Amino acid sequence: MNNTEQSKTANKGTAVSGVPAKLRKALTYVFLSLWALVVLFPFYWMVLTSVKSYGAYNSEYLPKLYTLSPTFQNYADAFTAVPLANYFLNTVLFTVITTALMLAATVLAAYAFARLEFRGKNLVFVLFLSLMMIPNELVIITNYVTITSLNLRNTFTGLILPSVTSVFYIYLLKENFEQVPDQLYYAAKVDGTSDLKYLFRVMVPLCKPTIVTITILKAIECWNSFVWPRLITDDQNYFLVSNGIQSIRESGFGRENIPAMMAAVVVISLPLILLFLFFRKMIMAGVSRGGLKG
Amino acid sequence: MEKKSVKAWLYLLPAMLFLGIFLIYPLVDVFVYSFEENYNFASQSYTGTGLFNYSYVLRDPYFLQALKNTFLLVVITVPLSTGLALLISVGLSSIKPLRELYQTVFFLPYVTNTLAVGLVFMILFKRTPYSDGFVNLLLSLFHAGPVDFIDGPYGAKMLVLCLYTIWVVMPFKILILTSALASVNQTYYNAAKIDGTSGLRIFFRITLPMISPSLVYLIITGFIGAFKAYSDAVALFGTNLNAAGMNTIVGYVYDMLYGNSGGYPSYASAAAILLFAIVLTITCINLLVSRKHVHYIS
Repeated sequence: MNNTEQSKTANKGTAVSGVPAKLRKALTYVFLSLWALVVLFPFYWMVLTSVKSYGAYNSEYLPKLYTLSPTFQNYADAFTAVPLANYFLNTVLFTVITTALMLAATVLAAYAFARLEFRGKNLVFVLFLSLMMIPNELVIITNYVTITSLNLRNTFTGLILPSVTSVFYIYLLKENFEQVPDQLYYAAKVDGTSDLKYLFRVMVPLCKPTIVTITILKAIECWNSFVWPRLITDDQNYFLVSNGIQSIRESGFGRENIPAMMAAVVVISLPLILLFLFFRKMIMAGVSRGGLKG
Repeated sequence: MEKKSVKAWLYLLPAMLFLGIFLIYPLVDVFVYSFEENYNFASQSYTGTGLFNYSYVLRDPYFLQALKNTFLLVVITVPLSTGLALLISVGLSSIKPLRELYQTVFFLPYVTNTLAVGLVFMILFKRTPYSDGFVNLLLSLFHAGPVDFIDGPYGAKMLVLCLYTIWVVMPFKILILTSALASVNQTYYNAAKIDGTSGLRIFFRITLPMISPSLVYLIITGFIGAFKAYSDAVALFGTNLNAAGMNTIVGYVYDMLYGNSGGYPSYASAAAILLFAIVLTITCINLLVSRKHVHYIS
């Protein structure tokens, strides 16, 4: 595409979409579709491999891009040969308790910063914010020593407690709480409503979208957490899905049963993908406001 | 007034307890550990204080390998992923039909389990006695390969690690850049159109300066994230990263803490603080450089 030609059409002011513009549009779609293919292909391959039979998979020296005889045997194997159901339950339990504790601490703290008056409030808030800069890699070492010396390795308490706090969510919710008009608070006070009651009857329902967003983001984070569980659990009974999949890979079905491994991968990936499809807008808005991967 | 204060502190108490015990105390403690020599985990005793842990880590070949791997990963993936995300976002914002579908698809890697999908990448790239794997099938179309990307030469392993890292970090970058592009004031474009400015010129003179704060934000967080790479490498090469020669700095810290090397919190602390120093330095350089080139519009 050369520049003079384009500026000529622009100069004439004719909105006629000439060939170059059409071509450019087509190329854009081709390019975007290529990236979509790169993104989707691993998912396709994972599902495809999970429905190939063990024998069929291992007889393909050149892997086939489709299968004509899908089987669900691998899914049965995934749940019987390795304790996948157990990993699953552990992760659900870990995610629910951690998220609930985070939510309780976050709602209370955000309310204190947004609504209550106390000496040194601004200073404390700035200190809170500065905590966001502390990298997890630095504090995980002492936490590991703390949990180990408290004999909390291979317990849910040890898994959950250090995973609860998220300063960023306090900040996010505080910003939202502050948008609730003061008049509501004074009116509630005149009626003799206590702070706690006001918080849960008025503030929380009004700020529900933000609360749902941080709940989902935290749940995703919990579901995928790997580093801390790996450090703190070596008993299979307490593995979460990430550690489970790693141990399946290293010793699970025998190294070569790739189809069963892929069935496990599908089972582990599905909950988050479903969650994403249901809450797509909320998750994407939440992440763009400050979610970070890594 | 006093009673009110007490109440506020009570509301803050749960958060402060968690933060104090698991964030502030550890932050102080990690520096203490890093200077305690020959710290013994079982007896919680040490023989002296000094810089020995740092010099040990800096002379450890595994740490140097991890340092090299991490730097390569950062230098390769940050520019590539940011550039590619920019191209894709510009493409996305220039189309109307199907845009939301593309956006949804592009975001998928963000909500997947890094360990789980890493296994899929491993299988796509791996070459076993029974099968060459999908990627080698592709390569054979171009009469190249076969290469074992998982247990083969260093360059091949690095390539897979970079590709997977890029695949994982793209959704966040695309999301940030598309919303930055959407918020550019349309009047600038209209004015440029009336002047008959060419598309390329519009991009470099209007679009790029207008979204430069978001770009800088992405580059800085990209550097930080890439320096902390770990799970992606585990997903591809297994937990024994030292044996695979593919360890990262964060992996080295965790291996020192636990795993094959046993528990050495002092060495782990020294390595973690070195990592933090590197990240801090690079972030400051980034901020200084970007100051000259970024247009902030209030």
